[in-house]
Amino acid sequence: MFGLSRLSYETQKKIIIVSFLVVPLGLLALFAYLPVLNMIWYSFTDWNGYSAKEFLGFENYKTIFTDPEYFRVFKVSLYYFFATFIQLAIALYFATILSFKVKFKNFFKGVLFFPYLLNGVAIGFMFLFFFRPDGTLDTVLTAIGLEGLITQWLGNPNVINYSLAGVSVWRYMGFNFIIFLGAISSISGEIYEAAEMDGANRWQQFRYIIFPSIRIIISLNLILAISGALSAFEIPYIMTGGANGSATFVIQTVNTAFKYGKIGLGSAMAVLLLIIVVIVSSIQKKFFGEGE
Amino acid sequence: MMKLKRTLTSVGKYGSLLLGAFVAIIPIVAVFFASFKTGTEYTTTGPLTPPSDWTNFDNYMRAFVDGNMLTGFKNTVIILIISVIGTTIIGSMVAFVLHRFKFKGSQYILGAFLLATLIPAVTTQVATFQIVHTLGLFNTIWAAVILYLGTDIIAVYIFLQFMDSISVSLDESAMLDGASYFTIYRKIILPLLKPAVVTVFIIKGVNIYNDFYTPFLYMPKSSLQVISTALFKFQGPFGAQWEVITAGVMIAIIPTLIAFIFLQKYIYNGLTSGSVK
Repeated sequence: MFGLSRLSYETQKKIIIVSFLVVPLGLLALFAYLPVLNMIWYSFTDWNGYSAKEFLGFENYKTIFTDPEYFRVFKVSLYYFFATFIQLAIALYFATILSFKVKFKNFFKGVLFFPYLLNGVAIGFMFLFFFRPDGTLDTVLTAIGLEGLITQWLGNPNVINYSLAGVSVWRYMGFNFIIFLGAISSISGEIYEAAEMDGANRWQQFRYIIFPSIRIIISLNLILAISGALSAFEIPYIMTGGANGSATFVIQTVNTAFKYGKIGLGSAMAVLLLIIVVIVSSIQKKFFGEGE
Repeated sequence: MMKLKRTLTSVGKYGSLLLGAFVAIIPIVAVFFASFKTGTEYTTTGPLTPPSDWTNFDNYMRAFVDGNMLTGFKNTVIILIISVIGTTIIGSMVAFVLHRFKFKGSQYILGAFLLATLIPAVTTQVATFQIVHTLGLFNTIWAAVILYLGTDIIAVYIFLQFMDSISVSLDESAMLDGASYFTIYRKIILPLLKPAVVTVFIIKGVNIYNDFYTPFLYMPKSSLQVISTALFKFQGPFGAQWEVITAGVMIAIIPTLIAFIFLQKYIYNGLTSGSVK
């Protein structure tokens, strides 16, 4: 093809390197790095998307930190952040149980994992249905005699973020679960046998064999979860549009930039989020060192 | 005593598994039941009461036709096929060059791909939007395609990891036969990467099928809607007609369920080998 084989391997090598990399690197520059640079530049201006940009300095950043309307949304992340710990604990628990002998193992694996594969919009509607007055949740609570707990799951501003964070646990638990399962299954079976011969019970096996072996995976999942909590968007946007105090940082960013046309301010918010995520990731690198 | 303890552990174990399965399934089951109910039946029965007529597909018909889900499926499939094939080709080319040739700067290139994973895509949408707009791709199918292609680093990782297991001596013996590097890539490496390709197909496929904000932001035109955005529109016209909305939800879920049942093994392997390292 192209008479390539007639050229020397040295020349071929150069041609291949250039031609194989030009498109991917172009895309990488255009859609990963250029947006970041532009975003930083926009964040110092008052741009609205079409008029001329005026340089503002740190004005946008000051707005975010001083205007409670913008700062408040960080608090919503806390719900997702704490939900993350519950999510990881549940995932780790099920992964551990299902690593040992269990009947209908594949059925349970499949059922626990399946929600992760579902379409976000479908999940949004499913849970709007779930949380409706007299909906699925209320019916289940009534059936088990807990009707006293019933409230407006999405209408009560004190509860809405618990409901939404709960949906996010439901959606993403399966992902952590499958990763943990894979990590645990890579531990050699002989270690358990030896531990069992020494009389170690399941908890001790978990504490001294499984947990240390998958420590890196746990920390990795934790970091993914933290940045996930900060960038929570789809579920609350689809389900409530950010109403009733459920707006997350990203919803606020998207609304500021696209709905209200304050691209400069929206960019400053995005830059802040990016900085936080980068800091969190580098802390993880520091603490857990040789992650690879 | 020992026996009692063992029974208790076993009850706890299966009890928690059943509870977990119940929590995972119940929202889906309720939606499934509602999708077969008639309007009056929906208002008079509870969400966990099975429908009286399992062959009532009226809601599915309405959701599919009035909700324009056929357009959604068509666009989703087109975007999916182009993006998945493109990702495979681009990802494997990058992996081939970075793995087989050591040259000045190859470390930096890998580093650039790695660093890009740190940037959460959702944060840069505002700036990305301007670029897509400038390129004239806004409200075309290519906006989604190029974004799915351009931000994919996972595929490069998976291929790089897999290239380790393909012996360099295969390349060398092909070179003795006079094969060009391009022939080596096409005829030797690409076919041997097949298991990695399956993994990339699945991970990428799941992501694209389920993605909401890319089509929502970049292709708002109704003729370009995908499954996600088609379903999102149900809010308006069907308002409180939950029996139709739930049917739409089921229509979006069923392909995932079928794919999951057939590809279960690959999905598990793909996700663990793809995201852990």
